[in-house]
Amino acid sequence: MTNHSQKSPSPSEVGFALTSPMSRRNLLVAAAGVTGVTVLAACGSDDDSSDATNAPATTVAPAATEPAGTEAAPTTAAAPSGDEVTFGSNYSDPKDSAAIKAAVEATGLNVKINTVDHNTYQENFNTYVQQPDDVMCWFAGYRMRAFAGKGVVGDVSDVWAGLPDFSEGFKNASTALDGKQYFVPFYFYPWAIHYRKSLFADKGYEIPKTWDELIALCDKMKADGITPFAGANDGGWPQMGMFDMLNMRTNGYDFHISLMGGKESWTDDKVKKVFESWTTLLGYYQPDANGRTWQDAATAFGKKETGMYLLGTFVTSNFDPATDPTAQETIDDIDFFAFPEIDPQYGQDAVEAPIDGFMLAKSPKNPDGAKALLAGLGGAAAIDAYIAVNPAVVAANSKANTAGYNALQQKSAELVGAAKFISQFLDRDTDPDFASNVVGKGFSDFIADPTQVDTVLSTIEEQKQTYTFE
Amino acid sequence: MATTDLGVDTIGGGAANRPPAAAPPTGRRRRYSQLSRTDKIVLGFMVGVPATIHIVLVWIPAIFTGILSFASWDNLTPVSAVKFVGFRNFWQVFTIFDNKLFPALFNNFVLVFWLFICSAIGILLAQLLDRNIRASRIYQSIYYFPVVLSVAVVGFIWKSVMFSQEAGLLNILWPGKPIDFVGDQSKIFQVNLPFLDFPLGLSKNFAALLLAMAWRHIGYIMVLYLAGLKSFDPSLREAAAIDGCNEWQSFRRVVFPALKPINVIVAVITVIEALRAYDIVAALSEPRGTEVMGTLVTNALTGEGGGRVGIGSAYGMVLFVLCIGFIIWYVINNFRERQT
Repeated sequence: MTNHSQKSPSPSEVGFALTSPMSRRNLLVAAAGVTGVTVLAACGSDDDSSDATNAPATTVAPAATEPAGTEAAPTTAAAPSGDEVTFGSNYSDPKDSAAIKAAVEATGLNVKINTVDHNTYQENFNTYVQQPDDVMCWFAGYRMRAFAGKGVVGDVSDVWAGLPDFSEGFKNASTALDGKQYFVPFYFYPWAIHYRKSLFADKGYEIPKTWDELIALCDKMKADGITPFAGANDGGWPQMGMFDMLNMRTNGYDFHISLMGGKESWTDDKVKKVFESWTTLLGYYQPDANGRTWQDAATAFGKKETGMYLLGTFVTSNFDPATDPTAQETIDDIDFFAFPEIDPQYGQDAVEAPIDGFMLAKSPKNPDGAKALLAGLGGAAAIDAYIAVNPAVVAANSKANTAGYNALQQKSAELVGAAKFISQFLDRDTDPDFASNVVGKGFSDFIADPTQVDTVLSTIEEQKQTYTFE
Repeated sequence: MATTDLGVDTIGGGAANRPPAAAPPTGRRRRYSQLSRTDKIVLGFMVGVPATIHIVLVWIPAIFTGILSFASWDNLTPVSAVKFVGFRNFWQVFTIFDNKLFPALFNNFVLVFWLFICSAIGILLAQLLDRNIRASRIYQSIYYFPVVLSVAVVGFIWKSVMFSQEAGLLNILWPGKPIDFVGDQSKIFQVNLPFLDFPLGLSKNFAALLLAMAWRHIGYIMVLYLAGLKSFDPSLREAAAIDGCNEWQSFRRVVFPALKPINVIVAVITVIEALRAYDIVAALSEPRGTEVMGTLVTNALTGEGGGRVGIGSAYGMVLFVLCIGFIIWYVINNFRERQT
């Protein structure tokens, strides 16, 4: 699905690779977990608690066999409380749709889930948002703010009053320019520099903490015959992650968001500085990054031909234990570290982590039910129920049960939980059209010929003027 | 578009005017009375329904696209928010987005040229396969096979099976350092135009894409032409041989002119394929250097989070103006044929 994608993958498309015995055990935990969760949820609701107690738990197993893409049946099994709330879901893969169903059921509400294929949902969102379901799936950051700014989605600030379990970073990512919240986060994945633990141990490499250490490490790897950085840019989005990190480390999160919001000039010296650092790093890349898919680069990374790979944690999904017996070993050997500090003023305070979550319709048919559903989905019980079925994600809610996490998920939760600022990835932090058609193309031109940087930046700046941001 | 419109006319008019083949030629007035009331209703229905569908699905959207190319709209806010901006979209497309528009136009131009070469090869293959050589069915199937696949699949095959730097067949066979077929946007040749501040040229990755397109287009044209050749009267060819024509002369002077209807269809298909090229470029994830008009239009119109309808429509109108000349030629040609 992500093979010829023009956009960075959404957290719901990609997940953490899990050890197979692990996930089986988790699935067992699933049944137990969901039962427990629904008991809690049922206790929380005012009425019908006796019926709601066991009914959702019994529906979990059949849900898992439901084919993708079909409209999920309304939850008729239970006798949930309140009037029906409609829920527009893009969780179309079988496992995802079973998981989201479990999460929705964990809220104990009477919800009708309308599932649409993930890509179709995203491409038609413009049309859909005009006649939406009461609650709909969407992304945090600019992508949410753009719709909030146009007044086509509902304010959920009062729901946020009852959601104490999200860190400041998540609240910022859910807040639009008017200071109100329009989004409830569900889960995320972080971007970081991945490396092979065994390779670093063998060669005695140290995790770089600063830019100079990073360059020194690159030189060392080069001397050892290893290409320091994996380079992939097929589809035009993978290298946006590099720009984001370099910009946030060099100029800080605020400048980055302001640049993404169209308020800063791309020909500013601050941006040029970012491209100078990038030019240095390009010297350590695999050659011809523009034509390489992230999967191909991941394969080379798996063979230890390249030493480091800046990508989302979904890099592990390139290795499939079902088809390759050595894949599991590779997955367990992959670890990541945060992008090194460039300017001490900003340190490593920002992290890139696309968040998926939910928005409220502008005028939902059942406003109270919709808000109750959003509050429920923002609670730990819902994400726990989700993770019980599909353990390949990391919960945004800090109170979520992390017992089933593998090492990489654990680390992701820590990395993002501690971050002061969470960026959403370039194509989620600015106008998506500007990101893919202007910035992405510009980055490709730059990677093809770094000496053209001035032309590239002035073209981006010129074309930026034709966009109206937020 | 104009084609079908005229076609509808001719079908309607033709049915009413042309005498049925079996009926003896009669006076002009009598012909009208030959249609009974039921006939007229049936005919009206048969012509009316397709014409309505055509107007609603093709003409009205086309006219709206024309109107929207002078407007600024995000496809999200109500229609009342559409703001007319005069020629601003066209001005932006030609000056600010010139580094997209002109390479795309250039690539479409290259594509027209290239697909005509491919059509010629397809015709040659058809001519060879028409001679009942042994196992010609097998050859036919092999050449036709890529046409059966959807273009997205063709794109995927070429991208991951043939072009991939790590695992692609071409790079495995190639003895040197792997070639970046998909991403290499450096130019094979380039021209500097006085009004552009960058050179136009054929980039290496677009050249690679031309290979994938040829693979599909040749088989398509071959089957089309083979069908034409099968219906060709062999006695004409024999006569040509008796008159002392060699193979080439008999093709050039006898077969080719006799197959004029097929030739027109081949030409039409070739130009249309070249101008509407989109899917295979999209399947190869639209790397820089391979932009065509089709991708520019689609990207601007379907942008999520607020499409750029005005800009997209302006690209569309540029493409439309390019097509219209060709369409007029085709219509005139078609019209003449019906009259003779």
